[in-house]
Order: sequence, then C-alpha cells, then structure tokens
Amino acid sequence: MSDQTVLQLSGIYKSFPGVKALQNVAFRLQKGEIHALMGENGAGKSTLIKVLTGVYSKDAGTISIEGKTVQIHSPQEAQNAGISTVYQEISLCPNLSVAENIYLGRGEGKFVSWRQMNKKAGELLDSLGIHVRPTQQLASCSIAVQQMVAIARAVDMDCRVLILDEPTSSLDESEVQKLFKLMTDLKKRGVGIIFVTHFLDQVYAVCDKITVLRDGKLVGEYKIEELPRVQLVSKMLGKELNDMEDIKDEVQTFDAKKAEPVYEAFGLASSEGIEPFDFVIRRGEVNGFTGLLGSGRSESVRAIFGADKATSREIRVEGKKVSIRKPIDAMQLGIAYLPEDRKRDGIIGDLSVRENIILALQVKTGFFRPFSRAKQVKFAEEYIQKLNIKTASVNTPIKSLSGGNQQKVILGRWLLTHPKYLILDEPTRGIDVGTKVEIQKLVLQLASEGMSVTFISSETDEMLRTCSRLLVMRDRKQVGELTGDQLTQSCIMNTIAGGGAK
Amino acid sequence: MISNQKQNPIAALFRHQIVIPIAALLLLTIFNVLRDTSFFEVTLKNNSAGNPVLAGNLISVLDNGSELAILAIGMTLVTAACGGQDISVGATAVIAGSVVMRILSGGEASADVVHAPIIIAFLVCCLAAMACGAFNGMMVSVFRIQPMVATLIMFTAGRSIAGWINENKSIAITDPNFAIAGTFIPGIPVPTPVFIALICFIITWAILKFTNLGLYVQAVGINEKTSRLNGLNPTLIKFGTFVLLGLCVAVVGFIKVSRNGTINYSVVAKDIEMDAILAVALGGNALSGGKFNMPASILGAYVIQYLTTTLYAMEVQATALPAYKAVVVIALVVLSAPKVRDSVSGLFRKMSPAKQSGGAA
Ligand SMILES: Nc1ncnc2c1ncn2[C@@H]1O[C@H](COP(=O)(O)OP(=O)(O)OP(=O)(O)O)[C@@H](O)[C@H]1O
Ligand SMILES: [Mg+2]
Repeated sequence: MSDQTVLQLSGIYKSFPGVKALQNVAFRLQKGEIHALMGENGAGKSTLIKVLTGVYSKDAGTISIEGKTVQIHSPQEAQNAGISTVYQEISLCPNLSVAENIYLGRGEGKFVSWRQMNKKAGELLDSLGIHVRPTQQLASCSIAVQQMVAIARAVDMDCRVLILDEPTSSLDESEVQKLFKLMTDLKKRGVGIIFVTHFLDQVYAVCDKITVLRDGKLVGEYKIEELPRVQLVSKMLGKELNDMEDIKDEVQTFDAKKAEPVYEAFGLASSEGIEPFDFVIRRGEVNGFTGLLGSGRSESVRAIFGADKATSREIRVEGKKVSIRKPIDAMQLGIAYLPEDRKRDGIIGDLSVRENIILALQVKTGFFRPFSRAKQVKFAEEYIQKLNIKTASVNTPIKSLSGGNQQKVILGRWLLTHPKYLILDEPTRGIDVGTKVEIQKLVLQLASEGMSVTFISSETDEMLRTCSRLLVMRDRKQVGELTGDQLTQSCIMNTIAGGGAK
Repeated sequence: MISNQKQNPIAALFRHQIVIPIAALLLLTIFNVLRDTSFFEVTLKNNSAGNPVLAGNLISVLDNGSELAILAIGMTLVTAACGGQDISVGATAVIAGSVVMRILSGGEASADVVHAPIIIAFLVCCLAAMACGAFNGMMVSVFRIQPMVATLIMFTAGRSIAGWINENKSIAITDPNFAIAGTFIPGIPVPTPVFIALICFIITWAILKFTNLGLYVQAVGINEKTSRLNGLNPTLIKFGTFVLLGLCVAVVGFIKVSRNGTINYSVVAKDIEMDAILAVALGGNALSGGKFNMPASILGAYVIQYLTTTLYAMEVQATALPAYKAVVVIALVVLSAPKVRDSVSGLFRKMSPAKQSGGAA
C-alpha cells in the first residue's frame, strides 16, 4: 500500500432484506485524486458511501484510512475522521437557516455568535458564488441552492476525503463549473474526492479514475485515459449502448401546424410570481421550458398544473374553457405533473412501491372505488417491468429504493394515469445513462401516439433531443421561443443570456 | 442482486407490527399465571336485573377494553394523518354523555322511563361529539395548530361544557332499556360493549376495505406536499379524521352514561385519552404519524385495559395506578420502537448466519 492511499475499502458486503446491495466490493482512493464511482441505478453506489460514512453498518469488510483500519459507526465519526459527505438525498434541516445548516453540529461545544456565524457563512457562500442570504430559511430555497449549501457545508470542513453523491443532479451548467473549480482546488490541496454522477461528460471533465459497480459487485477500477466513454457505458450496463445516437429521427415527429391545441393558457401566472404569458401546447407536441435555475421554468409548469395558487386569466383544455385551481382539477382534465424535487414533492417515503405507483390514478378514480389488491399489483408490476425498476418487491417501501429507481416509480405513477398532457420537470434527474435514453425514447413514442409533453431539464442536450419547441425563460419571464433551426445549443445560450431574444 | 431468499422467519416476525401487542399480551398473561391463577376465573352470576351474566377479570378487560378500542380506532386515524393526538377525547365523551342525559331525562333530575327515544339521544350525541371533533379538526387542519395544543382547548373546557348542558345536575336514569348499551342485553351473558365494539370493528374494516381512507390518511401523514400534488386535499382529510374520532367518542360517551345510569362530570372517562393514545403507541404505530396498523391499535387497547385490570387485581391503590402503568408502558413502548425492533430482528439474523449467505441471486 503506497502512502498516497488515503482511503481503502476491501471485501465490503452489505445486504438489505431481499437485496444484496454490495458483494465483495473494493475501493481505493488516493490523495489528490478525483475518483468517479459509476454504475446503473441501484448498482450500490450510495450504499457503498453510506457504509463508508457509518450510516449503514457493513455486514463484512474492512475500511482503512491512511493505512490504519478504522471502525466507523456514525456519520459524526466519519466527519471526525476527516470524511465529509454530501449525500444524494439532501439531508439538511429545512427549518433552519442557511447559515445554521452550514455550521450545524460543528460548534465544538463553543459559544456561537449568531452575527459572526451569519457573517462567516455569507463570506463562504459568496466565495462559492451562491446567491442566498445566510439567514434565509433553507426550505424556502430552490433545490439547487439547497444542494449548493450542502456542498458548501461539506467543503468548508477541514477534510481529507470529500464524498459527493450526485451533487450535480439539479445544478445547471454554470453552477457545475463552480463546483468543478472548487473540486480542482481541493484536489490541489491533496484532498481525495469521490464523485458519483450519471453525467458522463462531467466524469471526463474532472475525474482521474473511475470505479465501476454493477449489481452490487465491483467491475473494476480504471484510469480515465484508458476507458473511453463507450466502454465505460458498456462496463456499467454489461451491454453495449450508444447514448449519443440521435433518437429524434427514430420516431415520427408531429406537425405543429395541423394538430389541435390540447392546453391553452392566456396570461398564465401563479402566486409564485411569474410574469403572465400565453402558452399553448398541441396534440402530440413535445415542448420544453429552458432557462437558468430560478428563471421561472418550474414555476411555469406548476402554474399549469395548479400546484401553486394559479392566477391565470383564462385556461382552455381541448378548446373548452376550464378552471384549474388545484392539482386534482388538472388531473381530472388529463394533465400529469412529475415534480422536480423528488423527496419533497414526489415520493410518499414509507409507503410501498405499489402504493406509490397507483396513488395518482387511485385519487383520480375516487375515494369510494379502491383498486383491488390484485389490480394494484398488476399496475405496479406493469410499470416495474416497463421502466425496469429495481426493487425487492412491490411491497418494498419506496424510500429504500435507490434514488434513480425512486424517480422511475414516480414517472410510472403518472404514466399510469394515461394523461393527455404530461409535464415532466427534470424526469431524468439521477437516472443512469441507459435508462435516460430509454425515457427520452419513451417520451417521443408517447408523443407520436398523441400525448403532449412538456419537458424541463437542466441538460440542454436532452431538451434538444426531445423537444420540437423551446420556451426560454429569464427572471420569471418568457423571453423567447425557439423552433426548427433555432434549436441549437448556442442559440439557446444566447437567448438565455439575452442576445437572441426575439 | 435482488434475490427471493427467505429471511430468517424469527427475524421477519419481529418486523411485524402486531407482534408488539401480542408479546405484551403474552407477558401479562404469564405474569398473571405466576402471580395468581384465580385472576383468570370467570363465573356466571345473576346480576341485579336477575339475568345470568359472566363476571371476572377477563370479562372486565373485554368490557372496558371495548370502550378503549373504539377510541383507539379514531385516535389511530388522527395520529396517522396529523402526526399528533387528540387529548380531549375524555372531555368530549362527557359532553356526549351529558347530551344523552339531557335528552333522555327531559330536563328532570331523575327519570324512571326515558323521555325520548334512545336512538334519538344517540344520534344527537353523535352530532355533538362530531361537532367537537370538527372544532378540533378545524384548529389542526385549517389553522395548523399542533394537535395536542389545539385539543387542549376542549380538554380544558369540555367538562364544564358538559356540566353546563345539564345545569350541573347529576341526573339519574333508571330505565332498564337505557342501561342495555352499557351493561347486558337480557338473556345474553356477554357485556353489550363487546358487541358494540365488534360492530365498530366491522364498520372500520369495511371502510378501510371499500374506500381509500387508509391510503389517503397515510399519504397525508407521511408527505403532505406530495399528497396535494397527487390530488388529495390534506386539510379535508385531517379534518375528516377528527370528525371520525368524534363519532368514536360519541359511542364511548353513550356507553359510559348507559353503564352508570348517571353522570359525574369530573370523573367520567377521566384519563381515558391517555389510555387511547397508549393503545395506539402500543400497537406499534408511530405517534408522529404516517403508516398505521388498525388491528394492532385495537389489540393495544385491550392490552392496556388488561394491564389496568391486572394492577387493580393486585390491589394497587387507585392513586398509585398511573405510576405503575407508566413504568410498564415505558417498557412496552421502548420495546416497540422501530429501532429496538430492528436490532432485535438483526440479532436473530446474526444468530443464523448460514441462512443469510445461502442461495446466491
Ligand atoms: N435502506 C435500504 N433498505 C433496503 N434496500 C436498500 C436500502 N438502501 C438501498 N437499498 C437497495 O440497495 C440497492 C443499491 O442501492 P443504492 O442506493 O446504493 O444504488 P445507487 O447505485 O446509489 O443508485 P442510484 O444511481 O439510483 O442512486 C438497491 O437495489 C436498493 O433498493
Ligand atoms: Mg444513489
């Protein structure tokens, strides 16, 4: 063992009831390296991290830090041992302020001056380019800001090992760049970084090494130069996949002029304060909202669904004037909405996968018409199979699924309602490369069958591959609409920045 | 990776929620067997009306436990949906009972024959208790006050209101027809509350089976935001659970006054709220809301009563009773905490490692 090794795990086993999450996994991290941990949804990445940081106790295996075998029983111990972690599901206290969250549990028993804490937090946030008041309550911040706060908390601690479990899943390009700069700085200082992500570009942008897991087993450790993208993907999936193919041509795209409008809004607005604008989506159309975080793209679709208090002037669905005041109104009109924040707005954590899948359809069907158990299982199994959801059984609580699989369950929930108009806010958040392409294909396929889809994604790529029309938002205002030839990366960037706005 | 291997059955058993009240039941039984087997004696005696009826500690557990079990039904729903408890059920039960007395006595201090049809009295008392429930429910769901705090109002004011309904007269109704609900049906040796409870269980089972109440209540209790985005109305659902609890309270209030034939505003149904909450906890349900298991709560109610009766049989002084109860309850609740259960089941899992590693996926 060279003295460059800061962290070494070997022979790690961990099982949950019905699932062998880790089997004989080894992992080695060196000083000053950024090490990507890759694998499909449910491969065991988060579990490995949680075993390492003492969230779960391992069934077998050894962990050593700088050559010394250690026993880590709790996240606090891990922190004391110099391992600081940003978990996949943000685990901060939503009721506390941003500054309190950054310094929570780190007072070392000393008297804390509020003023000073807020000042220090403010400086830290500024240096990371996070625009948020230290005194703001965390729950009122967007999920991206929450993620950045979690990162700020982790990097501010004096650590030897920094673990980032899908930190970029809800960040946009500029924030990712900030994070990367931060990571490279830490790397220079000799910190070892474990980086979990499903974005291959990001892996090739910053990482030095890649460790691949598949189905809870170690596939191997590779130097970044030695593992080109295509091979990485096949190592992860255990089969070949070309994720770069242009999928739009595979299915017939719809004709925007001919189709009748499914949903029209005049003066679309909500209590969340978006500048009212008119919006229309036609049958079989896939359109998207794009813009920076906080530009109002999520607020717009929430207004469509009635998730926030809607104050639109007039709404028409299939030509008929309707009123959408709350989500159930929208659901009854055949609209479905997959929210961006899975943990807060998407899952019912303690309920089973089965109950989570049937929930929306069940509510739509009515209080007095519950589905029989057999029917529930049938529905659940249909989507478990269709979306390839990894779960021990239909009765497993959804919170024990891996992040990506939870996301698939929520997607399945809304597909099950067979909507006319499907709104997807970051549907591929935390989803692995293989499934991502599958979902994009599915969206296009559904559209070709007549479903209208609104797609929001932080990945411009993904939007370009699926959408035939993009609405650009800035400062809670619609600032442009792009179609046809305008659908290029640079054109979107220009419009967002204010150049190419019409 | 995902395997269908069977878990160690003992470990699996310990994950089951209903194991907790069953274990408590067995423990108490063993304790009583060791202490004094006469505890279990059941005799057939003639009661004051000359009917042969069953008597004994176990009958008393069933009899009084039934009241508690009915309350536990409503308390479970409130707990699951709101993540808090209603501490005013005792006070509301007295209001319900007072309403019954008022209607049946026709305003007199005593009545040999009821002055109004009993069913009318029952229906009106249901309305009264549901109105109290609605008040609590509104405080919790609309004004978002903590359930314990919101129901503190009724808890404090309830008994005074009950007295005020009857101008603080202690009314006695000696009509044998009125006594049926709280004592015995002529010719049947089993106490009537047991049958009333059975009817309540069947109705509850039917509601949980033929409506989505269970799913909605749990969804709202676990994640209110998500529930709303899936078309539920959390305010209405929380409100509804309080109204349903009100209905349960009405039934209990009615049984209480029927049993006694009279009403003492400051004593009737005293501390019953604590027993009802304990029943829910003993059933292994999280008091912070979310998932619930109704049969476990119901069984929990009978176990609590079993405990009370055991303590009475040991001639523990009435004033010291709560202290003894508290000790036992703490032990039971700690044992039923998910964390403890997990480690117990983990213990059993470790004890048979062969089964664990067997059968690769
Ligand atoms: N607390 C738990 N209880 C039961 N099973 C669990 C638990 N946590 C994880 N699992 C299971 O372990 C497996 C690995 O999950 P893990 O979260 O490590 O995946 P992951 O690689 O992080 O996936 P993703 O990319 O989707 O985040 C999954 O099959 C999951 O269902
Ligand atoms: Mg994960």
